Amino acid sequence: MFTSIFGAFESGIIYAIMALGVYLSFRILDFPDLTVDGSFVTGAAVAAIMIVNGSNPFAATLTALVAGFIAGSLTGLIHTVGKVNALLSGILMMIALYSINLRIMGKSNVPLLNTDTAMTSVRGFFEKTGIDGFMNGLLTAVGLGDSLPQTWGILLFMLIVTFAIKFLTDAFLKTEVGLAIRATGDNKRMIRSFSSNTNLMIILGLGLSNAMVAFSGALIAQQGGFADVGMGIGMIIIGLASVIIGEALFGTKSIARTTLAVIGGSIIYRIVVTLALRVEFLEPGDMKLITAVIVILALTAPKMIESYREKKRKVKRQLDNLQMVVVSSEGRGKAGAALKSDS
Amino acid sequence: MLRLSQIHRIFNEGTPDEKTALDNINLTLNKGDFVTVIGSNGAGKSTLMNVISGVMLPDHGRVELDGKDVTNISEYNRSKMIGRVFQDPMAGTAPSMTIEENLAIAFSRNKRRTLARGVTKKRRDFFKEVLESLHLGLENRLNAKVGMLSGGERQALSLLMATFTEPSILLLDEHTAALDPSRAELITNLTKEIVDKYNLTTLMVTHNMQQALDLGNRLIMMDNGQIILEVDEDQKAKLTIEDLLKEFQRIRGTKMASDRALLS
Repeated sequence: MFTSIFGAFESGIIYAIMALGVYLSFRILDFPDLTVDGSFVTGAAVAAIMIVNGSNPFAATLTALVAGFIAGSLTGLIHTVGKVNALLSGILMMIALYSINLRIMGKSNVPLLNTDTAMTSVRGFFEKTGIDGFMNGLLTAVGLGDSLPQTWGILLFMLIVTFAIKFLTDAFLKTEVGLAIRATGDNKRMIRSFSSNTNLMIILGLGLSNAMVAFSGALIAQQGGFADVGMGIGMIIIGLASVIIGEALFGTKSIARTTLAVIGGSIIYRIVVTLALRVEFLEPGDMKLITAVIVILALTAPKMIESYREKKRKVKRQLDNLQMVVVSSEGRGKAGAALKSDS
Repeated sequence: MLRLSQIHRIFNEGTPDEKTALDNINLTLNKGDFVTVIGSNGAGKSTLMNVISGVMLPDHGRVELDGKDVTNISEYNRSKMIGRVFQDPMAGTAPSMTIEENLAIAFSRNKRRTLARGVTKKRRDFFKEVLESLHLGLENRLNAKVGMLSGGERQALSLLMATFTEPSILLLDEHTAALDPSRAELITNLTKEIVDKYNLTTLMVTHNMQQALDLGNRLIMMDNGQIILEVDEDQKAKLTIEDLLKEFQRIRGTKMASDRALLS
């Protein structure tokens, strides 16, 4: 149990980078960008192929980031210069990337077993520090010793990387360019009247968003030990689920708060899926269905709760009014009460 | 300084819906001129604004700003030199961003946007100072989201954002029309104050004849895509609404079409 939650936490923190990318396109730019399904795999494919061919895994991961940026910018170009509907340009790019990803990998699955990936080097580095032994000793001491995670290194390393990206994103969105990108998602007419090229802002924003997505894909491939052409299916929905769950649970008071919420949402999403898959009846193949149900719930539940509360308030107000009428009329005798209750 | 020469613009050319929106418009605004534009609906006032700001390109003719030909320069590039306030109070600000962030966006209008922080300590002080000139207490709400402000407050903020970088020309497109009378008066007074303060060259479209007479040093009347009346500084001081209506009837031989113009 502990190991599976631990695993969920670990992948949640890696997928959080993808979710931050989705937050950037979906919330900041107000652009429903479906490129994500393709660019996630592009990142994984580029990193995997480079690693298999003997490149440094960190260099490979950064190259994946650049590849994602290019993919996102192309979606932006199709939408702005080509004046194609936002959803459609994302779908077109997603489909195009499917073939491109196959070309990059040369086959539909590239295994990364017995190769040096970023994850194995982090792990190797950590084994020398002895933190693993200490943490596991601690867990055994509190009685969770029956199933111990193999390494704490990846979790800590990914926490550092993800939070670095979060803080960079926060800072970027407060720069002059960042403000212009936010205004582009908020009010295009306004920002054009303040000398900002909205087309360029959309292209840049989508590029950055997909760079994060591809980066996350490259890391997931190295964590899981393979890149697969189908690993991106439904990725946009997973990203959206993380954003929506995070926002609902942790609030959206400021940008920094929201990006933190998105990371939290990503981790919680992974934990929910892991727990759901432990139910006897459900199979791993049901994961996409579970995801869809979670997103539907996260989208509808807050509204339903709100309208339920509103109804309750109304009923309560009516009751209060009625009581007041009864109380005041009792003081004035029966005739008044009859009159009031008629009205 | 703004110079428009022989501007033509036709909508839906070659179809039964063809409409001449601008028909040979020639207009020059010298530095510091404040010109009010009146005319009935469909007279071409908004098209005129759009052609100047670059939202639309003219079919023919030339737009010059500060001696530079900007006819074919894109809207966003041109807006370095043009301040605009729209009729819709929601249009001129970014609602999910704070007051100071909105001001920072406006502040970067005539500069190259970089990766430097948008709101610095120094700028915040400056923003406070300019916000004080609105007398709305907004200087104490720098971190409030603009979406939380009332229509009047948003329009005042839009006006400030459009002007405090001292653009070469200020375009006001019925910027008080969507407000209630008391807010409209507030914005009108602020407009007068701000335009005087920065000595801005201004073109203001309005449906309110009284406002057109109260503000500015020149007045033009448009109809069917043409400028049918130009009133200079001396004449404008003596002009009344009656005069304007009479003048319109004399030129066009019809009663002025717009009910809104008569009501105001």
